[in-house]
Amino acid sequence: MTAAMPSPALPKAMTARNRRRNALNNAMLTLTGVCAFITVSMLFVILAYLVYNGGKSVNLDFFTKLPLPTGESGGGMGNAILGSMEIIFFATLIGVPVGFLAGVYLSEFGGKGLPFAVRYVCDLLNGVPSIVIGMFAWIVVVAPLHSYSAFAGAVALSIMLIPIAARATEQFLQDVPNSMREASLALGASKWRTIASVIVPAARKGIMTGMILGVARIAGETAPLLFTSLNNQYWSTGLKEPTASLPVMIYTHATAPYDDWHRQAWAAGLVLLGLVLVANIAARTIISRGASLPK
Amino acid sequence: MSSALTKLSNTQSTDTVADTAMISASNVVATPSVPKMRAVHVNFYYGDFQALHDVSLDFAPNKVTALIGPSGCGKSTFLRNLNRINETLRDTRLQGEITLDGQNILEHDVTEIRRRIGMVFQRPNPFPKSIFENVLYGPKINGMVPRGHANELVEKSLRRAALWEEVKDKLHESAYALSGGQQQRLCIARALAVNPEVLLLDEPCSALDPIATAKIEDLLVELKKQCTIVIVTHNMQQAARVADTTGFFLLGKVIEHDRTDVIFKNPAKKETEDYITGRFG
Repeated sequence: MTAAMPSPALPKAMTARNRRRNALNNAMLTLTGVCAFITVSMLFVILAYLVYNGGKSVNLDFFTKLPLPTGESGGGMGNAILGSMEIIFFATLIGVPVGFLAGVYLSEFGGKGLPFAVRYVCDLLNGVPSIVIGMFAWIVVVAPLHSYSAFAGAVALSIMLIPIAARATEQFLQDVPNSMREASLALGASKWRTIASVIVPAARKGIMTGMILGVARIAGETAPLLFTSLNNQYWSTGLKEPTASLPVMIYTHATAPYDDWHRQAWAAGLVLLGLVLVANIAARTIISRGASLPK
Repeated sequence: MSSALTKLSNTQSTDTVADTAMISASNVVATPSVPKMRAVHVNFYYGDFQALHDVSLDFAPNKVTALIGPSGCGKSTFLRNLNRINETLRDTRLQGEITLDGQNILEHDVTEIRRRIGMVFQRPNPFPKSIFENVLYGPKINGMVPRGHANELVEKSLRRAALWEEVKDKLHESAYALSGGQQQRLCIARALAVNPEVLLLDEPCSALDPIATAKIEDLLVELKKQCTIVIVTHNMQQAARVADTTGFFLLGKVIEHDRTDVIFKNPAKKETEDYITGRFG
């Protein structure tokens, strides 16, 4: 290469080939951008709809009063909000520990064959349609106890939560560098001690986030509750009673032919979405403060 | 009773010494003392791949032994067998015998073995906890913290690792706030806190700058008064500076193990000389 060498002449105008390439480039850029916009705007469109149709019905009464028959103004969904909280609480109580420990097994005690099978089954369970899980809970809890109950609803939701919690736990434990395990083992710690004192604490923020997201995910499930916890127009008196929940209440109110019930359904949808959004934002705040691990 | 036991184990270890001396005379360094640790005919496999071939080495008490050799020669693999940490990897197999004070470590409770044989890794790996908790972790899990003496134990360990002056005012801050060199000395302090008899170091300075490296080298020379040290290093000057004896590994075999000055000035084997003088990959 010498300075004297002539540089190849640049074409005076864009060739047809260049124009075609630029046009395609711009078209694809636009298409992906539009799809991204649709994706993001969905949430806001839904939120706007809920606020527009149900915003006015969300007041203190909505959280504290019982639903009223159609034609009577006022009333709320206090029983459904409380019922949802009750069912989700017990579903969490069952699903989180089982899922967490299964996740620890998958990540830390995994040999070759069995964990692979467990992981696979876990993913299949995650994909089981929620209505089928409802049917299963009906067979194993509702039928033997001869009653729809909050407990049956909690069992159904916990079955959905377990695989989510297990995979989240596994994933965040796997993110803990192996050097942490070696450091602990090299000091004479047993495997369980290493997991309990070093590995899980190092991953705790991630695991907590995964759990919150999992709980938020099951909070909106309707199908598993339709024939487990059923519904109740009144305050539930215990775990063994049919219990109102927000998703089922939305379903019954939205499918009824009354305008005032529709408004209540929109309001319930708004409250439910609000709760799930708050949980999601809380979870993501935890994880963004995370960074407890070295690179 | 206990003295009888001691006697018994002493006899045993002398027997082993005599046996091995005959089998692998070439790798044994003539030291008057009984070795603290020894590996006898060790073969090690990752799956089907044999990473160590018939490795026999002795480690004299209160000496620094350096293991050198090109990448992939098996020196780290060998070191990681000395505290059985390689057992945590899947699909590995070890043949042969590794002894600590004449007792086969492969037949002992692994947590006790690892308590007695400490390890410092290539990259500093403090726990995501405070400096204080990092040092205290080992003693805690081994039930070695006398009531009300935690502070004392932490200070002593940090002093032994020459880190106390730098961190005494921020013991309860995260270990990640320290520099790389400080983190590595924290890891040494953490290892020392359980009073190991042997300290294994796997290229402990490879992630550190020259000043931090010098500090750790000075520390090793000081520490050998209290324990037996085995260090894997890529850096031949480092081996020359800190080690009493040096072993040269090549392709999973020990080519030569002798006094460091002999290895560097007058090696017996051509492979060693080629490596030392840089005529080798």
